[in-house]
Amino acid sequence: MQIDARGLSCPQPVLLTQQALKSQPASVEILVDNKTAEGNVTRFAAKAGYSVAVREENGDFILTLTK
Amino acid sequence: MKNRKLALLLSGLLIGAIAVALVYFGNPKNMGFCIACFIRDIAGATGMHQAAVVQYIRPEILGLVLGAFVMSLLGKEFSPRGGSAPVTRFCLGFMVMVAALVFLGCPLRMVLRIAGGDLNAVIGLVGFAAGILAGVLFLKKGYSLKRTYRQPLMEGLLFPGIQVVLLVLLLAAPALLIFSESGPGSMRAPIFIALAAGLIVGALAQRTRLCMVGGIRDLVMFKDWTLLLGFLGILIAALVGNIIFGWFKLSMVGQPVAHIDGLWNALSMFAVGLGSVMLGGCPLRQLILAGEGNSDSAVTVFGYLVGAAFAHNFKLASAATAIAEDGSISGGPTMGGKVVTIAIIVLLLVLAIANTKQEKAK
Repeated sequence: MQIDARGLSCPQPVLLTQQALKSQPASVEILVDNKTAEGNVTRFAAKAGYSVAVREENGDFILTLTK
Repeated sequence: MKNRKLALLLSGLLIGAIAVALVYFGNPKNMGFCIACFIRDIAGATGMHQAAVVQYIRPEILGLVLGAFVMSLLGKEFSPRGGSAPVTRFCLGFMVMVAALVFLGCPLRMVLRIAGGDLNAVIGLVGFAAGILAGVLFLKKGYSLKRTYRQPLMEGLLFPGIQVVLLVLLLAAPALLIFSESGPGSMRAPIFIALAAGLIVGALAQRTRLCMVGGIRDLVMFKDWTLLLGFLGILIAALVGNIIFGWFKLSMVGQPVAHIDGLWNALSMFAVGLGSVMLGGCPLRQLILAGEGNSDSAVTVFGYLVGAAFAHNFKLASAATAIAEDGSISGGPTMGGKVVTIAIIVLLLVLAIANTKQEKAK
């Protein structure tokens, strides 16, 4: 599952992450395009018990959340 | 994660202390910082409205934007972006500003007023929190102003550039501007102290993502206290500072630049809360984002500026309550202000509904 949260205002990237994690998937990819959203999603995912790997691609951040 | 919470709390404490220091150096009481009031003063100084008591180029605002701009460059976070419903954002900014001037302050000043013992601001906070909750309901149902996109470098540089132009005007050609000779606009900290305060707060707010709306919003939506700690830090430091200087006075009547009409304090802040959630952040946060190159936030600030001018040109802004020697009370919200506050709440709800679409499961 991949969620494109690029360019969305606060707190939509975290909200989309919250909704994606509801079904407790083994892994999800979240795309964001700024450090604020990257930090917010990372913290939320960690709190929900997911580990987060971040890679940067053309100025976007691809966050891989795994349980 | 602990570090970030600590950073927010410490930044809040510092910002609260700086706000009290600005009052010490000359700003109006409970108005060390007020984004709405200060943008309104800038609108006055440039002749966009003629309310003689609230006209001045507030260096705090210029500093906030430039502090965030420099900090975002240092942190490699400066990023020109825009294109997310700019006209809607302009209108939201306009409405948030008019409502804030019916209350007499932005969310940041609301906190500073509470820290001064102003119970009218506590009523404002109740309305503000209710407005945020209403906004959260729309967010949960899929409210969005859609995406921003990358913009050319110059698009992001223009807004910080405008602050530099205003600063040059203030320093080199003040005769071109209109400055209040009495009233709140005449009460001001020295230029370089005010500018330095703005720069520091702008840098801190950029680093920590401090937001007066985000605190309550994130607590409700994600049980996340982080941003609220900034809000609490400001409240605590300003409260302690006000007590130290003997400015703390717990009352409704006789508060500096405030009115005592509870219903309109609550309703106007309801509109500020709802409108700010719809914008993705409070007026302070919009200034910071504009400094980081976000042109949607810059458009929002232009909405604030024009809203402030309209609020005074059409007598929508409230006047501070004054009690004469014979006991007669003047001031408070105007008839126009009351009508427009209701209209703003209705319009905000219409815009919220229009931009809410239930996302289909993928």
